[in-house]
Amino acid sequence: MEFNDDAVKMQDDVGKPWRYEEDGCTVTRTCVWSAPGCHPVGCGLKVYVKDGEVVKIEGDENHPVTKGRLCVRCLAMKDFLYHPDRIIYPMKRDRADRGKDKWERCSWDEAIAIIKKNYDEVKEKYGVQSMVAFMGTGRQGNIGATGAHRVLGTPNGCYPLSGFSCYGPRVSITMDVIGSSYPEIDYAGGLPGGYEDPAFTVPEIIIQWGKEPIYSSPDGFFGHAIIDLMKRGAKLINVNPRITWTGSRAIENVRLRPGTDAALAMAMLNVIIEEKLYDAEFVDLWCYGFEQLAERVKEMPPSKAAEICEVPEEQIIRVARLYANAKPASIAWGVSIDQSPNGSQAGQAILALMSITGNMDVPGGQVLVDMTAGDGGMQEDIDSVGWPEMKQELRDTIIGREEFPFYTGGLKMSQADRQLDALETGKPYGIHLTWLGETNIIAPTCSAQPKRWYDALRKVDFNFATDTWMTPTIQGCCDVVLPLASSLEMETIVPTHYGGSPNYVGALNKCVKCGEAVPEWELYRILGLALNPEAWENREKDFKEFYDIAMMRAYEFDYDELQEKVVIQRDVSYRKYETGKLRPDGAKGFNTSTGRIQLYSPMFEAVGENPLPYYFEAPTTPISTPELAKEYPFTMMSGAREIGYFHSEGRQIEKLRDLCPDPLVELNPKDAETYGIKAGDWVRIENPWGLAFLKAKVTPIIKEGYIQAQHGWWFPEEDAEAPHLYGVWKSNINTLIPHSRMGKLGFGAPFRTTLVKISKAHEDDLVEADRFGLEGEDGKPLVHTDNFFRIDDPTLDPTAR
Amino acid sequence: MSEYGLLIDYEYCTNCHSCEVACEETHDFPPEARGIRVFEDGPFEYADGKWNWNYVPVPSDRCDLCARRVMNHQQPACVHHCLAQVMQFGRIDDLVEEFKKKPRQVLWMPN
Ligand code: SF4
Ligand code: SF4
Ligand code: SF4
Repeated sequence: MEFNDDAVKMQDDVGKPWRYEEDGCTVTRTCVWSAPGCHPVGCGLKVYVKDGEVVKIEGDENHPVTKGRLCVRCLAMKDFLYHPDRIIYPMKRDRADRGKDKWERCSWDEAIAIIKKNYDEVKEKYGVQSMVAFMGTGRQGNIGATGAHRVLGTPNGCYPLSGFSCYGPRVSITMDVIGSSYPEIDYAGGLPGGYEDPAFTVPEIIIQWGKEPIYSSPDGFFGHAIIDLMKRGAKLINVNPRITWTGSRAIENVRLRPGTDAALAMAMLNVIIEEKLYDAEFVDLWCYGFEQLAERVKEMPPSKAAEICEVPEEQIIRVARLYANAKPASIAWGVSIDQSPNGSQAGQAILALMSITGNMDVPGGQVLVDMTAGDGGMQEDIDSVGWPEMKQELRDTIIGREEFPFYTGGLKMSQADRQLDALETGKPYGIHLTWLGETNIIAPTCSAQPKRWYDALRKVDFNFATDTWMTPTIQGCCDVVLPLASSLEMETIVPTHYGGSPNYVGALNKCVKCGEAVPEWELYRILGLALNPEAWENREKDFKEFYDIAMMRAYEFDYDELQEKVVIQRDVSYRKYETGKLRPDGAKGFNTSTGRIQLYSPMFEAVGENPLPYYFEAPTTPISTPELAKEYPFTMMSGAREIGYFHSEGRQIEKLRDLCPDPLVELNPKDAETYGIKAGDWVRIENPWGLAFLKAKVTPIIKEGYIQAQHGWWFPEEDAEAPHLYGVWKSNINTLIPHSRMGKLGFGAPFRTTLVKISKAHEDDLVEADRFGLEGEDGKPLVHTDNFFRIDDPTLDPTAR
Repeated sequence: MSEYGLLIDYEYCTNCHSCEVACEETHDFPPEARGIRVFEDGPFEYADGKWNWNYVPVPSDRCDLCARRVMNHQQPACVHHCLAQVMQFGRIDDLVEEFKKKPRQVLWMPN
């Protein structure tokens, strides 16, 4: 292609104000955080609006970290905004018509009146604790539990994923061990000069532990920063049962057996302590319980861990040495830590690794949040607006409190597994009203045993939802739905890691309005004023005021300044334990009860957990349940991300669906051969708890005897009505995950260690699966030959807690 | 007047698909007939335990190097949005010099 050189002089928009005019369009610079579904990464966008409609989206090269880059979900944002399946008006449906596509558009006033009528009745008859506000993953977490505590006035806010197996466990453990909320790897995100900033050091080694950030980018961390760091010399060590793409560029791939992370981390500690490779000065000055830890990890020599984890002993020793000798080095830990009942201990041991090697809060290591910015990082207060005002006796009714005080007390949310029990059994009390706040519980992500959740929710007196899309959950269970705005339709902020990591804060600057959709906070206020007015009247009237009153306390700038600057870096400072910036009281040290990093946790001890890390076998494995494994010889892992989707969201969007049109299960070529399965064949995956059909992806990246299944699948193009519900049960691998297998703290579930058997799906099976829940020509439900999509049989659940 | 093209450092191409979707968005191309496609080589393991796994983006016959954008002084859409920042647009003569500096790259010139 020939161009005139003079014409091809590149220019960029660096330095443009937050809003400007160009070619008849109003261009707004903004950051993004849900929707589209994303955890707070806050990439920069330039949004071009003409006549009230978005006509173009570009990455904003002014953003200090993303620099114009965007992932496919934001690139396809126009198709999200204007998709016909989006919900942009309130809708109602008669309770008797649950599952039928008989939605009627109604006014906001009418929708709120219906919710209020049911709220008042349930409150009067059963009390507010009989209500639950469920939340999904990744939405505006700063106001997550607010829905329950401040809007409904109930203690029961619930993240329904069995064992809260996502993020919460890691954060809770870090709060206890380090006194900070998330030890993100340092990628210079808060430094004005970025990677070239003189304060920054490129880590020599990054361990990606159960994490592939380039695809799971929406976890508060711009995933491709890993690539930026690799280009600048960082070497990777992957701890992952599978070889991932970054694994092909890593210097080591530790392919451990899923669920054995605690054993591996303990053995690495064993080597590092035994060989005196730790930072003795740091340990001496800033750690608590080192001797006990050293004693404990003696029980886990590399030879023993090698057997447990099924990796070579020499590799464990080699990796421990590589990590300890690299200065600096960092560990990016992933959700697989949370998705195991032994994850709390794995997390504890990994935090110990970061700490005793002297990598905590140093350039190129793990960075911690400055607690003295604003008025002392009062993030906790913000998260729990409504909780402090709640009467003690009401707080005490939170579901799961006695059994799981660390979980319910720390997160101020009801324990997920016990919440399902309560829905099913009416114990300790019945549940009569639920709010499904942006969570597609039955096409999960956010649940194990979705069929049980579905059956239980269908029985509740009244369910309403707030969401951006029609989902199988809303179609099957709800009576009213209120429309939520997307990122481009609201004013709010996006702080990386919900404020728990120091890097940067972005503004969401409103670009357009779609129908009658309202932003999350505004919606909470509308509902709150109607249902629980004492908590809302005569207080903040909009998000900006909420920010300036509540959140500003955590930041040193006001809302207007952030809006204009679009992104503000938080100017990372290091070794804050020496300067008193890790504690609100300004004293040196860490924000824990001992002022030190608690390698030995007095808090764990107080709640009946072992104060030191230890290993135990996951609840369903060939070792813990050998009988089960005879019939179900494969171990299924789940939870890995596809870049085009945010869990169950995005399958309607043509450009994204094209990237991954079918639900896939990865299996090893040898297993495929044994079972006569070819690439693209439908595979029947089953165990005593459930059944799912996914298409085979035959690949050597997975070991023999293991499969990796995609989650979150449903088919928006199929029949909407119950019981078919967009084919939500066909490829629903969460139906195979047993319930109530959490660890002592109430955390974790066997999402990565599920025993299953596989076979090539028969033609008849597939016909059966595809017509599941449909009606015949005579209008009657079809009769099914098999107990298709069976539900949990408690007698098969001997190890359930 | 000079010939222009794209230089792609596929060592770091992650198959993030941003080039593909950015191209569709900019030109209103349907997914099945877009201006660029990422191809996969591997994954397979060598006897020494090393892995071969590469993604190589190849523009299609439809790629016009974003003529409208570049004449408007903007980088091509794929180059601008590439998450791994592995794409460069430029004069072939200049790109050849860049190409010589590093292995595992591809240089591409349209019709
Ligand atoms: S990571 Fe999140 S904010 Fe960034 S481009 Fe993707 S969807 Fe948008
Ligand atoms: S240069 Fe433009 S037309 Fe060519 S592949 Fe990239 S985005 Fe598509
Ligand atoms: S955008 Fe860049 S990294 Fe992503 S697939 Fe295309 S060339 Fe590869």
